[in-house]
Amino acid sequence: MTTRMNHLLGLEGVSREQIQTILDLGREFKAVGQRRIKKVPTLRGITVVLMFIEPSTRTRMSFEVAAKRLSADTLAFTASTSALSKGETLLDTTQNIMAMKPDVIVLRHAFSGAPHFLAKNVDAAVVNAGDGQHEHPTQALLDMFTMQEKKGSLEGLEVAIVGDIRHSRVALSNLWGLTTMGAKVRVAGPRTMLPPFLDRFGPSVTVHDRIEPAIEGADVVMMLRIQKERMGKDLFPSDREYARFFGLDDVKLRLAKPDAIVMHPGPMNRGVEITPEVADGGRSVILEQVENGVAVRMAVLYLLSAHLLEGA
Amino acid sequence: MPGKTLVEKQIIMDAATLDAALDRMVEALVPLVAGGKSCLVGIQTGGAHLARRLQERFGARGLPTPPLGVLDITLYRDDTFLGLQQPVVRHTDVPFETSGLDVILVDDVLYTGRTIRAALDALVDFGRPRLIRLAVLVDRGLREYPIQADVTGATIGTVASETVQVELTEMGCATERVVIYERESR
Repeated sequence: MTTRMNHLLGLEGVSREQIQTILDLGREFKAVGQRRIKKVPTLRGITVVLMFIEPSTRTRMSFEVAAKRLSADTLAFTASTSALSKGETLLDTTQNIMAMKPDVIVLRHAFSGAPHFLAKNVDAAVVNAGDGQHEHPTQALLDMFTMQEKKGSLEGLEVAIVGDIRHSRVALSNLWGLTTMGAKVRVAGPRTMLPPFLDRFGPSVTVHDRIEPAIEGADVVMMLRIQKERMGKDLFPSDREYARFFGLDDVKLRLAKPDAIVMHPGPMNRGVEITPEVADGGRSVILEQVENGVAVRMAVLYLLSAHLLEGA
Repeated sequence: MPGKTLVEKQIIMDAATLDAALDRMVEALVPLVAGGKSCLVGIQTGGAHLARRLQERFGARGLPTPPLGVLDITLYRDDTFLGLQQPVVRHTDVPFETSGLDVILVDDVLYTGRTIRAALDALVDFGRPRLIRLAVLVDRGLREYPIQADVTGATIGTVASETVQVELTEMGCATERVVIYERESR
């Protein structure tokens, strides 16, 4: 029996058993997406609000497809069309949305902690779809799903995460999730992009200021997007210099295990953190990550709604 | 079942009668599907085991072996969330095209009919069968939906406080049997 989930705000504190439940369910939901009729009636009558107060196309679409394949109704609320730009607070906006009685709110927000604030103040399940520089739990879940699918088990897996670790919510969620699941994580990036808090993860996480030792012998190489919009000039000299020292190309990839897979959460800066040859090469699972994202988000929506309607 | 305990009340079938019942079921199924290409689809988990056994028996009689699928109906249930624990989603695998086939849907116990209603919805999402026949090992009555089996291993009368379990070696049971238990509050 799994402890039931009320919200999914991050992977910090989520148990190994809960993560495994989501990954196992994801496998069944992936099969639904491969059928002729890619839809099951399970969440009929459930309303999912997609509240994206920060630009995002793929994550929003992924959640929308996930909800629709479960027969839930979706409402999209994006920053450009919202009243937030007219000065309304997040809580006021949310209370207006609550009048429409949504069961699940999927929130993307530029401020770390916004989903936690929402979860305390509304009577709906909240899913964090990325909050500032904090967490992006469903991205890490789809990453772990993909690794498990390709490698069989996460236990003892050597995973390299390369790029701007400091500003990356994808990296942080993966660090929490992967260490909980027994994987070993090597993070690498320029010193200006490495956060100070990594010792809290203990000996299963190692930190490198060069890419080579991080990817040497790795089972998985995850490249992060260089988020130019989030950093000043002092962190980042030039695209070309970054590509030379930290970009993944065929030569550097040879250091990883021969069967290593290459991942990227997208959108990619081709020629900066990853060369087109690697991104489109035989070891890249980048497009499978997108497909798996829908399956994992279906699992999350299902588990959260199962709790909501329990005893209804 | 929280706060409830199961007390064994009556054994409906032992290993030998269960074996004979499966033989009778195959015999009854053969003319029902004689007109077309058939397949077996078992409902997780008891029905899936029984469907596999029926498949073997088709082969043992020198008949063409129908392909086998397994169906989990959790995502199609109408009571998924009604006070139950978090429902477990089991594996669904129908690895062939069902359109135009005669589908033999197999379950262990037929009770309210709700499981079969869900299974029919699930099946039609996979394709458009020529026809669907229902085969169950035990029909325990107390239907809530207008559904009936085409082939039945045994028909028994029960009351709602009872539960009927088909115990097979595939489920890790040492002895094969069909048992009526009484649910008693602790």
